[in-house]
Amino acid sequence: MSAPSTALRVGRDPHHVGHGADTGGPEFTGHGGGGPAPKRIVVGYGFWIFILSDVVMFSAFFATYAVLLNARAGGPGPRELFDLHLTAIETACLLLSSFTCGLASMAVGARSLLWTEAALLVTGLLGATFIGIEISEFARLTARGAGPTHSAFLSAFFTLVGCHGVHVSCGILWLGTMMAQFAAKGFRENIRHRYLCFSLFWHALDIIWIGIFSGVYVIGVVTG
Amino acid sequence: MHLLGKLTWQAIPFDQPLPLISAAAVIVVALAVLVWVLLKGHVPYLWREWITSVDHKRIGVMYCILAAVMLLRGFIDAIMMRVQQALALHGAGFLRPSHFDQVFSAHGTIMIFFVAMPFVIGLMNLVVPLQLGVRDVAFPTLNSVSFWLTAAGALLVNLSLVVGEFARTGWLPYPPLSELQYSPGVGVDYYCWALQISGIGTLMTGINFVTTILKLRAPGMHYTRMPMFCWTALASNLLIVAAFPILTATLAMLLLDRYVGFHFFTDTAGGNSMMFMNLIWAWGHPEVYILVLPAFGIYSEVVPTFSSKPLFGYRSMIYATMAICLISFMVWLHHFFTMGAGADVNGFFGIMSMIIAVPTGVKIFNWLFTMYGGTVRFTSPLLWSIGFIVSFAIGGMTGVLLAVPPADFQLHNSLFLVAHFHNVIITGVLFAAFAGSTYWFPKAFGFVLDERLGKWAFWLWLIGFWVAWAPGYALGLEGMTRRLQHYDRADWQPMLLVAAAGVLILLVAILVQIAQLVVSIRSREKRRDVTGDPWDGRNLEWATASPPPPFNFAVLPNVTDQEPYWDMKQRAREAGQLQTSEPHYEPIAMPRNSPTGFVCAFFSVITGFSLIWHIWWLVIVGLAGAYATFVVFAWRDHDEALIPAEEVARLDRTNRAARSAAVQRQAVT
Amino acid sequence: MGAGIPCALGLAAALGGIVCCGRAEFEPAGPVSAAERVILFDSLAIMLAIVVPVIVLTIAVAWWFRASNRRARRLPDFVYSGRIELLVWSIPTLVIVFLGGIGWISSHELDPARPLSSRIRPLDIQVVSLDWKWLFIYPDQGIASVNRLVVPVGVPLHLRLTSATVWNVFWVPQLGSMLYCMHGMAGTLYLQADQTGVFPGGSAMISGDGFATMNFDTEAVPAERFASWVREARTGGPALDGATYRGLLRQSMAVKPYTYRSVESGLFEAIVLEKLPPGEGPRNGLPGVRPEGG
Repeated sequence: MSAPSTALRVGRDPHHVGHGADTGGPEFTGHGGGGPAPKRIVVGYGFWIFILSDVVMFSAFFATYAVLLNARAGGPGPRELFDLHLTAIETACLLLSSFTCGLASMAVGARSLLWTEAALLVTGLLGATFIGIEISEFARLTARGAGPTHSAFLSAFFTLVGCHGVHVSCGILWLGTMMAQFAAKGFRENIRHRYLCFSLFWHALDIIWIGIFSGVYVIGVVTG
Repeated sequence: MHLLGKLTWQAIPFDQPLPLISAAAVIVVALAVLVWVLLKGHVPYLWREWITSVDHKRIGVMYCILAAVMLLRGFIDAIMMRVQQALALHGAGFLRPSHFDQVFSAHGTIMIFFVAMPFVIGLMNLVVPLQLGVRDVAFPTLNSVSFWLTAAGALLVNLSLVVGEFARTGWLPYPPLSELQYSPGVGVDYYCWALQISGIGTLMTGINFVTTILKLRAPGMHYTRMPMFCWTALASNLLIVAAFPILTATLAMLLLDRYVGFHFFTDTAGGNSMMFMNLIWAWGHPEVYILVLPAFGIYSEVVPTFSSKPLFGYRSMIYATMAICLISFMVWLHHFFTMGAGADVNGFFGIMSMIIAVPTGVKIFNWLFTMYGGTVRFTSPLLWSIGFIVSFAIGGMTGVLLAVPPADFQLHNSLFLVAHFHNVIITGVLFAAFAGSTYWFPKAFGFVLDERLGKWAFWLWLIGFWVAWAPGYALGLEGMTRRLQHYDRADWQPMLLVAAAGVLILLVAILVQIAQLVVSIRSREKRRDVTGDPWDGRNLEWATASPPPPFNFAVLPNVTDQEPYWDMKQRAREAGQLQTSEPHYEPIAMPRNSPTGFVCAFFSVITGFSLIWHIWWLVIVGLAGAYATFVVFAWRDHDEALIPAEEVARLDRTNRAARSAAVQRQAVT
Repeated sequence: MGAGIPCALGLAAALGGIVCCGRAEFEPAGPVSAAERVILFDSLAIMLAIVVPVIVLTIAVAWWFRASNRRARRLPDFVYSGRIELLVWSIPTLVIVFLGGIGWISSHELDPARPLSSRIRPLDIQVVSLDWKWLFIYPDQGIASVNRLVVPVGVPLHLRLTSATVWNVFWVPQLGSMLYCMHGMAGTLYLQADQTGVFPGGSAMISGDGFATMNFDTEAVPAERFASWVREARTGGPALDGATYRGLLRQSMAVKPYTYRSVESGLFEAIVLEKLPPGEGPRNGLPGVRPEGG
């Protein structure tokens, strides 16, 4: 080991940080000195960061859609293709499912297995309806020769909306798993943390859908 | 529908001696290692202590081992490329174009994704929780999954050597060349799926570390009391979270084009290949800062320790780091000035690219002033750091040169560019990896590496690097473009011969490093790090034993200052005894080991392989298996194991005794 | 450490010598490359003025403050200095402001699409990169050339660039800027040769297995010689139209230079607007290797 420095610095503040003396207890001075956060915060925070990363991924698809919007290879565009009635029904399903997901959160808070499973079931069914309508829309477009392989615009549309649909489908799978977990294991802390993450995921998908609904469908039909 | 999709016996390169022999060699070595492990009975130990470990220290070491092994693979590719180019005047040379193209593509892909990234992530894994004074990262099992998915990606890339072929498009597969029409083989598919799988792992690392650094620190550790390495780790992981999803999306679009006939980047039906350029570099530029910021952090640890002085300008280093983090998202177009976006766009991005040199310059000055007035010990980690500063100054300078658009109009894609990025990545990131792994090796394994061989390795790397790449700068200025399988200009050959000689020097350097490991392991009892603080370190990782117990700290330290360990130590030396009395030992709950990561990666390899070869039923099996793995993990009832207080006490007392003895020896009278 | 430093410094000097003075093949032969070279070396000089002192200072500081040096004054608390911070932030900033100005102005002056200042009317040349050769169409002269670019000295060249297949990059270093050739798009590049000579060129973007064979020579000749070359080209060789173009689309490597005696009008536009198909890529999953000559 080397020789210690000749001038000992005991308790000094060489970087002129100088904030608040340590009181020995939890410090919430806003400088982050409170020690490791509780598990629930850590789990929720981590999942938020994941959702932010997912939003970045959707942004890449949105940007691509915007660039390829007019690359129609002589084929149809949004105005010819989108049926806003169907889209409105899809939106209603998804928004309603977010509401029932919120009800499920309340049921979890109240530790009621019956109402949790009921609310989750309805959420899942609404989500499945959304997916069903979306699949039928994709099938309809493909049948009339406007499938994703026909132009860059269509590729971008199918991918953006389809990516959201894949997320919702995974969410439904997760929902089913959560229903099974609640039934099998009850309202244990880590299962409630997992449910917190699921509900964050489900609501985030709703927000992304609002972006798709407005930016792709509505603006597409209005501006052609 | 064929049961094995596109996979036939023709996928194995029986008719191509070079890949066949390399593949055979790799298989023989891998089998030999596996058989040795099996026969020696190491499997239970490996399974229990390493493969299923969720301990950040173990995972960090495994990342570094993966990086080191892949460095050898990527380096062999480099030797092949340099020898080919040294010989290939007028078409002589031993690699036909299809092979040469795969070699340079594999070289770049492996070096960036499976050497540089794992090295940097591995060192962050090993050190960050220790420096933050906590027991582990926020999501330990997720951490294990991250590692194993990265390993899965590496496995897929290496599988392409044996079964099929690798991409021939370079380390970034620009369309239309990478589209199915012009790359009908499986090479681009291997590339894309390997990166999609390891990309998921990397993204999860980003989420894990951002959460850890922002939400899990020892009590009293304000943001401005975190070690500099943790700040750079934070910046790097924020970049991972913000950039890697773009890579995922972009590769997904390319895969949709290739697999299902979409038209994102094709030549027809409205496809826009320029979009790929923009997207991939919107990821690609932050990626290099993901690599270099933790490297800067490593230097910010090594230089103060071996100058016996705190880091100069700590706060301005934070500003510089976060400035680099932010600006790295605003420079991506400098990778394609010559695409013809126009003077205004080129000018803007040129200026932004130059601006990023400012905080980097600030950092260099701060390291310099850290040494100024210090007591500098020329250990090998410090040598790596000085070698870095000197070489990176030149590499950064050539970067700013390339940021002047009209200069780039003559240097883009030339060997000048290739020399620039090898300059900054090798002397920036790889030197940091070597410095960091030497510096933290005793912390991980409990003994120090042989210093003499370490110094030899440094000098050989420094000299070898410059002999290999100074010709690159010259050749670029002479108009030689990159990735040429052969050339007709006789006046280029002498420089290429010098470059090949440089690579041979680097080969010797790597052999010296291997020797260093072997020698050090053999004589490890003589090199034991008894106290846990072999270098007179300054941050909290040196407050633990070497290697630390699974729980890192018996009691989480209470942090009252920047460089808390240094102050603790100085006070103890002044008093001639440890300043804290023995704590009241409590049992500590640590996360249980889990095979989730390994099993998940297993199913990922199956899924990836079957997607590449169009074996659709196997894809479903792989995906179902991965999902089932997660359900099994979610279903477990006990996710933590309690370490009894007596065990904690025993481990801690041993270390306290050693430290106490050391402190008494060093007491200032 | 002792032996290492002189060794490394000696090596650095040798390498520096090689890089800077060894060979002077990068001789600009036109206004664009000459201007770019000036910018390159001026920027290099400005930055070396900072980088060299920093390198020297780093080695000097590390060496002076080594542990065994009794004469060095140790300053273990020297961790912050406002003055140094100011200096350390402002020096790079000033350099970058200066270089940024150079970058902005030169981006505009040397924009590839900006016509060169000349009283002579530019010569139009249309460039199509194929797998793996170059097609140069002279629309006003009605001829075309494969893998050889013949240009008159002193005349600005108005190049329009596209690709039949994958990306390539048109690059003649001694003439100046390179520019991407992309399918479905026509890039604009102005260059000029101010002296006679043969200047090597090629593609600067990997485009497949035949990429390394995409070399072509640019011959800058006096105006009369150019005119006679055009006349010669009109007398022999195949005609370039949709049908022969489709033949050219097939993958081939190491194509020897030849010319076409006539060019169907609007061919380049047809390629850019995708009225003619793109190149087909490899047959049977393997790249085509049949070399084709005129």
